[in-house]
Amino acid sequence: MKSSSRLAGVIKNHEKEILADWIKEQLASTTLRGDLLKESELREQSRAFLAAVQAAVQKGGTEDLAGPAWADVKQLLAEISRARSLAGFSPSETATFVLSLKQPLFSRMTAELKSNAAELGEELWSITLLLDKLGLFTIEAYLKSRESVIERQQTELLELSTPVVELWDDIVALPLVGTLDSNRTQIVMETLLQKIVQTGASIAIIDITGVPTVDTLVAQHLLKTVAATRLMGADCIISGIRPQIAQTIVHLGVNLGEVTTKASLADAFQVALKRTGATIGKAKAEAAGAV
Amino acid sequence: MERIPILKMGQFLLVTIQVDMHDQLAITLQDDLTNRIAKERSRGVLLDISALDVVDSFIGRMIANISSMARVLDAQTVVVGMQPAVAITLVELGLPLEGVHTALNVEKGMALLRRQLAAGAT
Repeated sequence: MKSSSRLAGVIKNHEKEILADWIKEQLASTTLRGDLLKESELREQSRAFLAAVQAAVQKGGTEDLAGPAWADVKQLLAEISRARSLAGFSPSETATFVLSLKQPLFSRMTAELKSNAAELGEELWSITLLLDKLGLFTIEAYLKSRESVIERQQTELLELSTPVVELWDDIVALPLVGTLDSNRTQIVMETLLQKIVQTGASIAIIDITGVPTVDTLVAQHLLKTVAATRLMGADCIISGIRPQIAQTIVHLGVNLGEVTTKASLADAFQVALKRTGATIGKAKAEAAGAV
Repeated sequence: MERIPILKMGQFLLVTIQVDMHDQLAITLQDDLTNRIAKERSRGVLLDISALDVVDSFIGRMIANISSMARVLDAQTVVVGMQPAVAITLVELGLPLEGVHTALNVEKGMALLRRQLAAGAT
């Protein structure tokens, strides 16, 4: 009897017992997350998985997991690990789902082949190989879904971190938060220049209050942005320079050249208003009250 | 031969680049423009590059050169309508065009030239 068809037969004949044992195993295991997964869901997942494995073993044998017979099992497993990774399971908790199937299968197989030690050893070995491969696949699927989350967050962060706001007619501001690397500078530059074209603004204020440190590289990136803005025909003011940062800039020997710099966004805004010829004043409430 | 038209508007000359710049065209433009400035005794040049979406270092230097040549002939140059991509490229090429005046569009460029002329006259 071929090894794969015996395994398929064993699963088929004893599906109920194996499933019961397996679920008991999972429920007893310390890595079960009762808080994240309902028992009914666990039962449903286990049942579907066992049935899929049985079908796949019968069709494609245990050696070739890349074959078409295993596609269903893999898809099911990928879905389960994705769901678990999103729900907050740890990798080992996720892998236990597959690996805990070993014990019930082993005991069934032992009962089946009690008399034939050599054949039993072979069967157990092939089951081990199969479940290990499936376990590794689970981990891979788990990591993949985690990585996709990280990637999505990174792009979201890049998009979120560069809002260009219109302060007034002809004045736009770009509050920078977080460290400036070349990647971000590129995006900052593009969004700022794009906004200048859109609004026809003649003054851009770059506020670096939220930039934790300014080293030579960051300063160079800032200067590049300023130069590009100037080429577009708009003036640039850098504001929000904290005392420590002013000290670092001078210590590093960075030459900010003819760029207008201001300590606070409010000061920069005043300069910008003056340059565009606009004025803001207090309403004459006091004068009206005195009369 | 292909040429870039130079339009006279009072004291100013308006140059609109609407075709892909290649090197020969750039050199011809330099020739024509300097000749026109001298002939018309123009006081300002508006160089509209809003249709230009690709630049290389040669064209970048050409823009800087035109500005310097015009200044020698006592005319101010204002480069207007530069595309964001062009601005970023020039900065990355290390050609920030120091000393060249820029404006967002022709209208603002014209206003800038008038202001400079008025400031120079008084």
